[in-house]
Amino acid sequence: MDIPYTVEIRRDTGLTNGKIGIWLFLASEVMLFGALFASYILIRTGAPSWPRGDTILNVPLATFNTLVLISSSVTMVMAWASLMRGRFGTFRLYLGTTIVLGFVFLVVKYFEYSHKFHDDLFPSTNNFLAIYFTLTGLHMLHVLGGMAVNAYLLGPGSKLWKTNPAWFTNRVENSGLFWHFVDLVWIFLFPTLYLL
Amino acid sequence: MTTDHAAHTAADIDRHVRVYITVFVALMALTIVTVAISRVHLPIHLAVTLALLVAIVKGSLVACYFMHLISEKKLIYAVLLLTVAFFVVLLAVPAITHSNGFWIHE
Repeated sequence: MDIPYTVEIRRDTGLTNGKIGIWLFLASEVMLFGALFASYILIRTGAPSWPRGDTILNVPLATFNTLVLISSSVTMVMAWASLMRGRFGTFRLYLGTTIVLGFVFLVVKYFEYSHKFHDDLFPSTNNFLAIYFTLTGLHMLHVLGGMAVNAYLLGPGSKLWKTNPAWFTNRVENSGLFWHFVDLVWIFLFPTLYLL
Repeated sequence: MTTDHAAHTAADIDRHVRVYITVFVALMALTIVTVAISRVHLPIHLAVTLALLVAIVKGSLVACYFMHLISEKKLIYAVLLLTVAFFVVLLAVPAITHSNGFWIHE
């Protein structure tokens, strides 16, 4: 049986099922990160003293990573725009760049984490590092997840373009919505953890 | 059959792309602004307010233009309105607890 409303729009919702599905998923993600942000506020306001992020963490590296993630959001949306223009070759270039930028983000994070562990700074060291590793670790898992879906769409999943280009374009759009959400979360994590 | 794609012409996509590039430049500039503000060493309340304000502007740009929320369907707005309401409650709980302060100084 075919999956209904992958391309055509449902009359009652005015949307494809994939679109409403990804937004409901993102709503649950907002609550997941919201719970951790609330924990952060609770721990920070309850602490007798709290370190400024820039005294412990590497701000230039995190700034670089912010620029990398923003760039990857642009290449992601350009990948979708390329499909809307019917340019599959350009789409592959943009989506490939998005995956590479995601990889660069993870490599930078690897160096940041390694440096912390080398200095004997672990999640168990203090509350600041506990919430830092929890929030950035969960965010990294999301980057990995987004990269996996994008890699599928660039590789085996791209066969759908030949048989049903509109459905494939919708899949790329939905994957993009997730990727932009990951970028959006980082936009709030960066000042919260590194600068304040 | 009505599809999402039928609504977009080539000119529409070209216009979208120009907006994406403008938003990209704005996001890059605002990232530099965020870092610059943190270097000034303002009082903590002012620093938090300014940093969150810039983050909200950046987040709104991503949501409105990259995620196309500026021209989305009503049902998605309804879902997000409900999410925002719960999110605000979630963040308000620790804030209210803090303002009472009973557990902090025990």
